[in-house]
Parts: sequence; structure tokens; C-alpha cells
Amino acid sequence: MDRRFFLEAATVASASSLLTSRQLLAELAPTNGDDIWDLHCHFSGVVGETPADRVEKIVEYADRMAIHRLIFFMGWPWSTAPKPDEFRRQNDQVLDALSKWGHRIFGFAYLNGHHPEESLAEIERCVAEGPMIGVKLWVARKCSEEALDPIIKRCGELQAAIYQHTWLKTQGNGPGESTPMDLAILAARHPNVPIICGHTGGDWTRGIRAVRAAKNVSIGIGGSEPTAGFVEMAVRELGAERVIYGSDAGGRSFSSQLAKVYGAEISEAGRRQILGGNLRRMLTPILRSKGVNV
Amino acid sequence: MIVDVNVNLSRWPFRRLPHDETSRLVKKLQQCGVSQAWAGSFDGVLHRDIADVNRRLSEDCRRHGDGLLLPVGSVNPSLPDWEEDVRRCAEDHRMKVIRLHPNYHGYGFDSDLCDQLLAEAQRFRLIVQVALKMEDVRTNHPLMVVPTVDATPLAALVKRHPNVPLIVMNNYGSVRGDAAAQLAEAGNVYFENSHAEQVGALEKLTKDVPLERLLFGSHFPFFNLEASLFKFRESALGGAITEAIQHKNAEELLGDR
Repeated sequence: MDRRFFLEAATVASASSLLTSRQLLAELAPTNGDDIWDLHCHFSGVVGETPADRVEKIVEYADRMAIHRLIFFMGWPWSTAPKPDEFRRQNDQVLDALSKWGHRIFGFAYLNGHHPEESLAEIERCVAEGPMIGVKLWVARKCSEEALDPIIKRCGELQAAIYQHTWLKTQGNGPGESTPMDLAILAARHPNVPIICGHTGGDWTRGIRAVRAAKNVSIGIGGSEPTAGFVEMAVRELGAERVIYGSDAGGRSFSSQLAKVYGAEISEAGRRQILGGNLRRMLTPILRSKGVNV
Repeated sequence: MIVDVNVNLSRWPFRRLPHDETSRLVKKLQQCGVSQAWAGSFDGVLHRDIADVNRRLSEDCRRHGDGLLLPVGSVNPSLPDWEEDVRRCAEDHRMKVIRLHPNYHGYGFDSDLCDQLLAEAQRFRLIVQVALKMEDVRTNHPLMVVPTVDATPLAALVKRHPNVPLIVMNNYGSVRGDAAAQLAEAGNVYFENSHAEQVGALEKLTKDVPLERLLFGSHFPFFNLEASLFKFRESALGGAITEAIQHKNAEELLGDR
């Protein structure tokens, strides 16, 4: 690990709740017991012929940031409303990466709510009978629609994680793009199924409020600018146990997204929960069912 | 040693930020090894009494940090008698840098105002900073939607003013790869790293832009300061490149101004 920068930048610690550079270095060191899990990675931002080639490059950056486990979903090129053949092809890309990098990465199956039957079949192929441990729903269909209920129900039975993209764009969301409010409606119909509110709506000041009362909803903090105060508000309003670190790498840098957590004025225990503890807890049942020791 | 060219004092208009009190901001900068911060004012984005914004900023920078804060004056060329603001920045407040917000102030890089402003900047030997945006436009307040500045006409502008150092700030994909290289070649243009994204962002930035035109910037306290700091860990740049970006280029740029 290249520690020189932080050692050079380190200054004498003063009485403060803020982390000093030396403490930041210690927090990021893999030897201190920190176990960073990244909820949200793609095969983007790097070049490579195969998914495994791309993972290799992304893991190189992740290693520098002491990130232990990474979750990948969706392949390339992007498809916002994939037909079943297309989401199966993209999931095959993830399966290919898992076959070589299963010791470092996990996979979620990409689905499309406009094709519930085929999506259910994909859950069986990739999750129930395959190595994946969750699903990703993007912008094809609003998650508040009841047509998605069988997908959520089956994921609940399998204890598979559900990552639902959400945004709250001032200029207006896309036609099938969910808001955190949509997610709260979905979550109310499935109060015993944990669901992750991806991006926290981007405008996290509203996104956090929208899911505050939905106790089965956690928020994913990745894939937005490293705006200060995000994680502090999330911890204040939801509790650290409902906040999950993720990056949206390779389109985002690990640095900008980790900074949201390391730059936040929260307790050390809370920081550890957000960086990996919460995701590990959520995924432990399904990982154990697949014989993965966590 | 780090020179951060992209810091703001005072209050972001739409919410409080954890380090928007100058004493706390200074403490955090010092803890993270920042030795000099080029500090503008959030007030310069919307306030129309820019003269008072710059006066307060200058005073704040004197009062806090024992020389850590280098005041960066705001100039809004759409205001009457803006030339006097430039003069006061340079002569009264002894500022070396001014900051522009073209999208909030309602003009483009192809405006005559820009030519006039850069000519004034050259007259007073000022460095000019241009903030292409302040926040993700998707999260703008609905009553105040402010598109990112169109950087397309910038190349022609800097060609006409080759002696004015111009720092492009808050560049999230507005000026990409080849365009950044062309801008650096066309004029005396610099870039900072606050909005550099993708894995290994700095490695990529150093391939696109000549090393001597790269500066350290954080957009702190709007962004977490750690975001820009961690990028040096994520990218394997080596000591000489790191030093150039973190302080040497900025020191040379400031030079004997």
C-alpha cells in the first residue's frame, strides 16, 4: 500500500472529533480489522476484453483503497430497458467474472420489471441455482408498480438482496425511473423484505426523508457527488445500521465515495457498520446458504 | 504540503455544511495537511453587493488560519461598475486570484464581458478561476435551476488572452480528454482535481492534461475534503507527480504575484 501521501500529509493531532490524516491512514489500512465491502460496482471506467479482465483492473484500484469485497451488477454496453435476452447476456458477463474472481467479488442479477416472468426465471438461474446473491433493478419500470411484487417476494424467500436505483432529478426523472417515494410504496407492501434505496435519490436531503419511516429500507450512498453532510444526516435520521457504502465504480472513483464516510463526523462504530458491517449482516444468510464463509 | 486552490468560506445558500464556519474549516484543512487554501466565498455566487462579499472574505482570511487562507475575490461582470470590484480585489485587498461563476451570473464564455474581464485581470496580473458549476444540476433547487457553463467557447477566449492564467474548476465531464489537452495548449489554462471521477481518476487526468497544468482542488467544504486527498492513494502517480499537483504547480503559478 502506498502510505507515503498520508504520512507526508499527516499533521499533529489536535483535540477534535475529526479524523487526522494519520487516523485516516490507519482506518484505511487492511490490517486494522476494517472490512470494507462495496455494494455497487460495474465493469465501466476501465478497458478489458472480458469481464474478468475488467474486474482485475478495478480490483487493483480497490486494493489500494483497502476494499475487501465488491459487488458487481449489469454488463456492457448499458441497456436501460433490456429485453430478457439482453439481461440474460449481461448476467452471463457477471457470471463469467464470478467464475474467476469469486474470492473477491459477488454478483447481483440484473432484471427488468417489464418482464416479471422472465425476471423470475433469471432469479432462479442466477440466484437460486447460481452463485449470485441479489438483484438489481434500474430504470425500466417504476418500482411502486404491483407488477414487481412477485420479484420482491421471491427475493425475500431466498434472502437475496434487492438493489433498486432511485433518483429525484430536479429536471424530472425518466419515464420508468423510480424515486425514493416509489421505493417507500414498494417497501410498505413487503415490510419484511430488506430493500436498498440506490443513490438515496441523488438529492439525499429528500431521499432520506422519503424512506425514513420504511424500516426495511436501507440506503446506498454511492454514485453521487461527495457532498459533505450526506452521511451525517443519514445516520441522524435513519441510524448507522441503515446506511451502506457503495461506490458506483468504475464510473465513480472509490476515493470520492469513501470520502463520504471517512469525511463524516460519526462514531467509529457507525463508520464500520456503513463501510461493511451492514452489508455483511444483510448478506450473511444467503452467503451461508451457498456455503460461503463470511 | 498541499495547496488547495478550490475552497469556499461562508454559507452555501441551500443547506448548512459541516465545515462552513471558518474556524472549523481551517482546523480541518490543517489536520489534512493543507498548507495554503485559495478561498473564495459562497456569497459571491448570489449576493449582488459583491464589494462587501470581498471585504468580508478578506477580513475572514486575515482573522483565521495564520496565513493559511488566500482570499479569492468574486467578480460578477453583469453588475454595474464591476471593474471597480476588480480594482478593489487587486489594490485594496491585495488579492492575487479572482473567481467567476458565469452560470449564476448569466453570461457565457463567448460574451464580450468575458473579454473585458480577462483584459482587466491581465492589467492587474490576476489569476482567474472559473467554476463551471457548484453542484450536480440534477439536485438544483427547483426554483433555481442553473445549468453547467458551456465550456465550448473557452478555447477561443483563452487564445485571445494567452497571458491570463485561467483555472477551470468543478469540471465533471464538461471538458473531457482531448478537449482539455487542446485547452491547455490554446491558452494558459489549468485544471484542478475536485471533480475528477472514475476509478484511477488522477492517472487518467495526468494522461489528458500536461502535468504542469494540474492543481489540487477539493471544492471543500461543499465536498468532503477527503475525496480529493484519497485520489492520490487510488492512483499510482509517484512522488514527483504528486508533489507537482499538490503544491509545486500552484506555487509556481502564484510566483511573484
